Amino acid sequence: MLEAYAPILILAVVSAVAAAGMVIGSHFLGPIRPTPAKRGVYESGITPLGNARERFSVKFYMVAILFIVFDLETVFLIPWAVTFRALGVSGFVEMLIFIGVLLVGFVYVWKKGALQWE
Amino acid sequence: MIDIPFFLFVVFAVVAIGGGIGMVSSRNPVASLLFLVVTFFSLAGIYVLLNAQFIAAVQVIVYAGAIMVLFLFVIMLLNLGSDYHADIRRFGWIVAGFVAAGIIGGILSSGLTQPGLLAGGGGGALVDASVRDVGVVGAVAFPLFRDFAVPFEVTSLLLLVAAIGAVLLAKRRV
Repeated sequence: MLEAYAPILILAVVSAVAAAGMVIGSHFLGPIRPTPAKRGVYESGITPLGNARERFSVKFYMVAILFIVFDLETVFLIPWAVTFRALGVSGFVEMLIFIGVLLVGFVYVWKKGALQWE
Repeated sequence: MIDIPFFLFVVFAVVAIGGGIGMVSSRNPVASLLFLVVTFFSLAGIYVLLNAQFIAAVQVIVYAGAIMVLFLFVIMLLNLGSDYHADIRRFGWIVAGFVAAGIIGGILSSGLTQPGLLAGGGGGALVDASVRDVGVVGAVAFPLFRDFAVPFEVTSLLLLVAAIGAVLLAKRRV
């Protein structure tokens, strides 16, 4: 059973080694001749204005938490979909109630305009 | 010949503990968050070793992905993490150190102990039997939808509260 996961483990190890190797290798092998223009922050070719580390709008937070809510819904939907036939009608009704409750939340969020970017 | 699952368990466990220590000892919240991601990935590895592959996938998707994004947004909102370059450089070395410690510890401990010394109680056998009967996802799905149907429905209320609470808190005009 566990042997089936060996390729994933090998992939993870190889990608970690490759990523670290690229960073370390370019640090030691590449010529480093810094100029003020090269060391500067790249902002689409424009001279950067001020600091990039500013406070983010709360709108991003709202999108993130709504994403998590509906992401968790998917986590429950996957085991339900895999065992759909074996669970029969009772499983279908259970999931209808679950989705129905979340649909109330979705309608509320939509009506309040939380999905609008303004 | 070393015991591969036991060796991997020691590696993942040491890296998880290292991530936890790094998380509470970093002064910068962004570095703390990166350490926590390392811990979550190691826990996903341990779940695979426990024959709970579905839980491992959920751990990576929900915790290491979504919840960490949320934490990062909170840090950005509060504007705490402005000077983290030194912490992140240190972060790489600490994680590499714990990976090395885990590999050495794993080789040593699996060489020194007899195989099967640390085998768990009856729980592991129960999980293995259930996985064999109904599959990896079924072992989660059948208890969830048959024995724990009411807690499952209550979870939907919890998610509803989370969605409504986010809108109430973050929206200027509700």
